[in-house]
Amino acid sequence: MFKIAERRDLTPVTKLFRVQAPLVARKAQPGQFVIVRVREQGERIPLTIAGYDREKGTITVVVQEVGKTSGLACRLEEGQGFPDLAGPLGRPAEPLLIKTGRAITVGGGFGVAPILPIAGLLRQWGVKVTSIIGARTADLLILEDELAAVSDEVLVATDDGSRGTHGFVTQVLQDLIDKGQRIDQVIAIGPMAMMRAVAGVTQAPGLATLVSVDPVMVDGTGMCGACRLTVAGEVKFACVDGPLFDAHQVDFDEQVRRGKMYAVEEKRALEACRCGGGHQ
Amino acid sequence: MTEERKKPVKRPRVGMPEQDPGQRIRNFKEVPFGYTSEMAIREAERCLGCKARECVAGCPVEVDIPRMIELVRDGKFLEAYRVVRETNSLPAICGRVCPQEEQCEIKCLLGRKGEPVAIGRIERFVADYAMQRGEAELDRPRPRQGRVAIVGSGPAGLTAAGDLAKLGYQVTVFEALHAPGGVLMYGIPEFRLPKDIVHAEVNLLRAMGVDLQLNVVVGRTLTVDELMKDGYQAVFLGTGAGLPTFMSIPGETLNGVYSANEFLTRTNLMKAYLFPEHDTPIKAGRRVAVVGAGNVAMDSVRCAIRLGAEAGIIVYRRSEAEMPARKEEIHHAVDEGVVFRTLTNPVRILGDERGWVKALECIRMELGEPDASGRRRPIPIAGSEFTMEVDTVVMALGTSPNPIIHQTTPGLEVNRWGCLVADETTGLTTRPMVYAGGDAVTGAATVILAMGAGKRAAVAIHRELENL
Ligand SMILES: Cc1cc2nc3c(=O)[nH]c(=O)nc-3n(C[C@H](O)[C@H](O)[C@H](O)COP(=O)(O)OP(=O)(O)OC[C@H]3O[C@@H](n4cnc5c(N)ncnc54)[C@H](O)[C@@H]3O)c2cc1C
Ligand code: FES
Repeated sequence: MFKIAERRDLTPVTKLFRVQAPLVARKAQPGQFVIVRVREQGERIPLTIAGYDREKGTITVVVQEVGKTSGLACRLEEGQGFPDLAGPLGRPAEPLLIKTGRAITVGGGFGVAPILPIAGLLRQWGVKVTSIIGARTADLLILEDELAAVSDEVLVATDDGSRGTHGFVTQVLQDLIDKGQRIDQVIAIGPMAMMRAVAGVTQAPGLATLVSVDPVMVDGTGMCGACRLTVAGEVKFACVDGPLFDAHQVDFDEQVRRGKMYAVEEKRALEACRCGGGHQ
Repeated sequence: MTEERKKPVKRPRVGMPEQDPGQRIRNFKEVPFGYTSEMAIREAERCLGCKARECVAGCPVEVDIPRMIELVRDGKFLEAYRVVRETNSLPAICGRVCPQEEQCEIKCLLGRKGEPVAIGRIERFVADYAMQRGEAELDRPRPRQGRVAIVGSGPAGLTAAGDLAKLGYQVTVFEALHAPGGVLMYGIPEFRLPKDIVHAEVNLLRAMGVDLQLNVVVGRTLTVDELMKDGYQAVFLGTGAGLPTFMSIPGETLNGVYSANEFLTRTNLMKAYLFPEHDTPIKAGRRVAVVGAGNVAMDSVRCAIRLGAEAGIIVYRRSEAEMPARKEEIHHAVDEGVVFRTLTNPVRILGDERGWVKALECIRMELGEPDASGRRRPIPIAGSEFTMEVDTVVMALGTSPNPIIHQTTPGLEVNRWGCLVADETTGLTTRPMVYAGGDAVTGAATVILAMGAGKRAAVAIHRELENL
């Protein structure tokens, strides 16, 4: 059992968990993920590591309620825990990051969480970090203060205009590009549609851009191929070759389509237990 | 054995009762029921008790088969169990999944004229009998200095762990998944190897003091070097051959294309057949093509049928004679209505406008000269392409070892197939005190060969640790 040392409700549907996992905390690096199960009959789902404390032996993950498993996870309290948690898995971000100049990080929805340690790493190297975060509405923005602590500036966008720019994170990014500011690399993590849009914006000016894909996974160690995606015309396994990839090489259409493989079943599972999905 | 043997009785092989095909395709319960005591005795009575004892030589772990059969014939089932257990630590599993027809039974003198003694069925009976009576307990070992780390809890790892624990060493098994057993848990389906049997074997190890650490991916969570630094004097790598193979043909990322590993892991380890009580879903589809004809392919297609597929089709590029699966599995698949498309090879998977599989385009093959494996090489017949309508495609084309371990362990060498290089008799790798065995060394093979490798490595590790 991997005990929950701390739980914070970031929004009504987004929870942060600090989990006791000393071996994982010892090794975790920005960009990596863990595979968890939330109950004995549970499926194996990937969660990106949003932070770690090597001394305390904890890692941080953020879960947003979208289906049955994430719904069950969000009901876990301090003192309870995840029956299974394995990691850290996937390639660290470090070798993929440009270690000088200026980076723009873009975090959409709960994608802000995995951005945190990456922004922290960039700052350590002296990279100038501008972070753009977005959400549907101001109440759903998360981890703004934490991000501000590791960024030179934080720019906000909301779909309804309740905070910051009225519109999408991509508009804010486009503005920065249009102003002709120096940008060495863009790192975007969030919903597939957002990452695809970011890739679209940075394509023409040829800005190096990384995205963290989030496909269906089972084992997370290269054993099943559930996480297949096409990058630069080649089939890759996100769990061992990623999850960070060059945004301009990822076949997003395929990813969106593969993401829907179990849409019917997910709905059925949710209806059968009526446990999750406070959202949408 | 000096005592006079009872005369063998001439009679046909005793059949093993099994679930009716019409019924079993709707459940995941075990197909054969196993022998009753009476059946086991009747089958044992067929044994000639010959001097040649060829069957023993055919067994990779050299179970004293004639002795086992003799004891069964005399109704001494628990004694028979102990005889098997002397050299085979997982008899209930081997009795079910070993390819007996290529090992012990093929050597049986009776087989020259008629049917060999059903050694596998007798072994299974003996093991089940002992387990049901709770007689499977092992003697408590006397503790001894020395800590050994076992990586992977498949048959290789479990056997090495058991043998070393029996010798009194402190043994810790590290397993990447959330459940121990390796392929026995995630690959081989419930209807062929009930998971309770795997649990029972694992619990025996626990009772012997073996420490099981699940959710530890060696190479990620911990490295081999860290294990050595943490005070393990020896490490055994039984990490299997878990990497799936795809064909690199167009359409392989369409929705509805699975590796057999994924299809079987969802079904067996994650129990997708109990969805939604268990949370993992699977899309078995209506018409399922499984590419390949080994045990993995048979298991996949038989799972698909139980998951509700109307048609389960084996697509294989060679002919029936070359199919590598156990004969019994092929026979069971036929009974369950599986369609065999031999001398057929996929060239492309076709999708509908939404990106789901709608058909498999294949080409017909013919057999040419034998290749390096001794099997006749399949050659495509030009212009013979055709399509079959399917909505799921499962690729069961073999597996290779996962590179995680060798990429993270300096000095650990692999051959050009990615298999760990290890000494055949000791399992010693190119790193001192690091041993390996099973599929990780041989590539995908069999349960019993993995067990044999685990055994030999345990002996070698013991020899080294004794001299420390
Ligand atoms: C579907 C299927 C059906 C089969 N049917 C038969 C049959 O009927 N008869 C037969 O004899 N053989 C059969 N086989 C083959 C047989 O199962 C294997 O040869 C055998 O299991 C190999 O044993 P192993 O211990 O080497 O590896 P495995 O059983 O593969 O076990 C390896 C274990 O190591 C773990 N592991 C891997 N990497 C790491 C890591 N880095 N850190 C920690 N743990 C790790 C894995 O999760 C796994 O649990 C079948 C195989 C499959 C897939
Ligand atoms: S999740 Fe199974 S291979 Fe990536």
